[in-house]
Amino acid sequence: MRLAWGLRVAAVAAAGLSLAILPFLVGDYRAFELGRMGIFFIAILGLNLLTGYTGQVSIGHGAFMAVGGYTSAILATRCGVPDYLTIPLGGLTAGLAGLLFGIPALRLRGLYLALATFGVAVAMPSIAKHDRLEGLTKGTTGINLPELHSGTWLYGVTWAIAAALFLLAFAIVNSRLGRAFRALRDSEVAASSMGVNPAAYKVAAFGISSFYAGVAGSLYALSNAYVNPDVYFVSLSLFLLIGAVIGGLGSLTGVIAGAAFVQFVPPNASSILDAVSPFAVDSRAPGVPSVILGAALVLVVLLAPTGAGGLLRRISAPLMGRLYTRPGGG
Amino acid sequence: MSTAAPAPASTPAAAGEELLVVDGLRKEFGGLVAVDSVDFVVRRGAIASLIGPNGAGKTTFFNMITGVYKPTAGRVVFAGEDLTGKPPHAVTQRGIGRTFQNIRLFQHMTALENVLVGMHSRLHGGIIRSILRTPGLRREEARAEQRARELLDLCTLAGEEDWIARNLPYGDQRRLEVARALATEPKLLLLDEPTAGMNPQESDEFRDFIGLLKRDLALTVLLIEHDMKVVMGVSDHVTVLDFGEKIAEGSPKEVQRDPRVIEAYLGTGALAEGRR
Repeated sequence: MRLAWGLRVAAVAAAGLSLAILPFLVGDYRAFELGRMGIFFIAILGLNLLTGYTGQVSIGHGAFMAVGGYTSAILATRCGVPDYLTIPLGGLTAGLAGLLFGIPALRLRGLYLALATFGVAVAMPSIAKHDRLEGLTKGTTGINLPELHSGTWLYGVTWAIAAALFLLAFAIVNSRLGRAFRALRDSEVAASSMGVNPAAYKVAAFGISSFYAGVAGSLYALSNAYVNPDVYFVSLSLFLLIGAVIGGLGSLTGVIAGAAFVQFVPPNASSILDAVSPFAVDSRAPGVPSVILGAALVLVVLLAPTGAGGLLRRISAPLMGRLYTRPGGG
Repeated sequence: MSTAAPAPASTPAAAGEELLVVDGLRKEFGGLVAVDSVDFVVRRGAIASLIGPNGAGKTTFFNMITGVYKPTAGRVVFAGEDLTGKPPHAVTQRGIGRTFQNIRLFQHMTALENVLVGMHSRLHGGIIRSILRTPGLRREEARAEQRARELLDLCTLAGEEDWIARNLPYGDQRRLEVARALATEPKLLLLDEPTAGMNPQESDEFRDFIGLLKRDLALTVLLIEHDMKVVMGVSDHVTVLDFGEKIAEGSPKEVQRDPRVIEAYLGTGALAEGRR
């Protein structure tokens, strides 16, 4: 037991060390890409708390990222708040927006909730461009942030925050709060009959999840050094949900796979298509990334409906077999 | 026989004070009257049963007591407090625990976690303390887990703590529902057709188990049953519903002899046959 702990600590230390020196080995642009992946990691982690653990589907988390991003940009340019301080504030503002959205969302379930959240994602660019808000958001032009950070900076800041938020998610999932979330997902009637107040916990899940999205959106704004309505494009929300499904709904470790997918697959769709397609197709044609995304999603849903997290569990199943199958079969 | 006659003194447990008093409870769905102004009393320490043919309104009645449905009219008073129209989680906090006719476990959670969710309203760990994992919270969680294991033991589910609920055999799932309901620390336990889908041997075992709950935990139990035979062995008091109306109540023996009950269960022809 003690040896196993020692090994575990050593493994974590080694992993931490290699992750820390990684950006210096791969160069600044790769570090930037990995930093962007960390941003998706944070956003998908939050979405998973809502969709994977509480059972409320959201196709609108890009909008909460936008709230975080705009908050950061406005605070940094108007109030001179240091960039790294705008990150938690962006998260809190988005969290508040999520709480406010979560209250009317209580009336909606399943597909209808998903559509309502998608409505938020669709409306967000127009809201940002609206005349009344133009003074704040600078309309279609958007806001330029004072400082463009290096890829290494983004990598370090993002993954440090991501690690903290991962531990936070882990603590939530394994607490009384997380049990209530999962109970609501499995049966709302049974959960309320066990003393769980469905409204309070569903709204709380929306708030926490939007906080994650806000932090991610804030980092996204800092990574670009600008925000405008098109930065948080409508299908960003869809990408996040796809990432959550690929990572595995209800799996925290799987989120890393979902984040890698969202960061690396769409931009490299053409070369992936060239590599795997037996047909002579124009891989540079518009729409190819969407086709690849769609195909990947269909494959995951058909072949590994529990996502990367589910695969991981299945591989480790022989070790923990009795959790999933009866010893001796049956 | 008068339907309003109270249970005779032959059932000693029925002498307890009134724990649950239901007064003129009524539920209409559109034009359909599912439960028609039913009066009903459960005394502390008793095992009361609510029986009736399919569609008699038993589950609707249950759902009004537990707050899943809001009654069209009438009152539900539990331990002296009016619970009418209170949401399910508030009813559970007041001390009414329940199981479901069609099993509603948290399917993707372990047996232990299912029971821990049952303790939800008896635990205090909020978001901040959960994140910080304060010593107080850890102690609370450790105690809760200990208690959950005891409840699983009581329901003969020892050794199955870490099983995902949906992978448990059917009978174990039924007992896990009971363990989870017990975790809410109920004063009154509502069991909605707990032996549905069980074979005769499992039903017999379950009957003994209900008796054990009464004896060891001093619980008051309200049992819904479709099957007359199941309730006769354990009940102190039986109420019969048919088409949403209370048609009889009393000791199991009285109810069994009641012509209206026989008619409801077997049809008028059977009654005529019996007389012949």
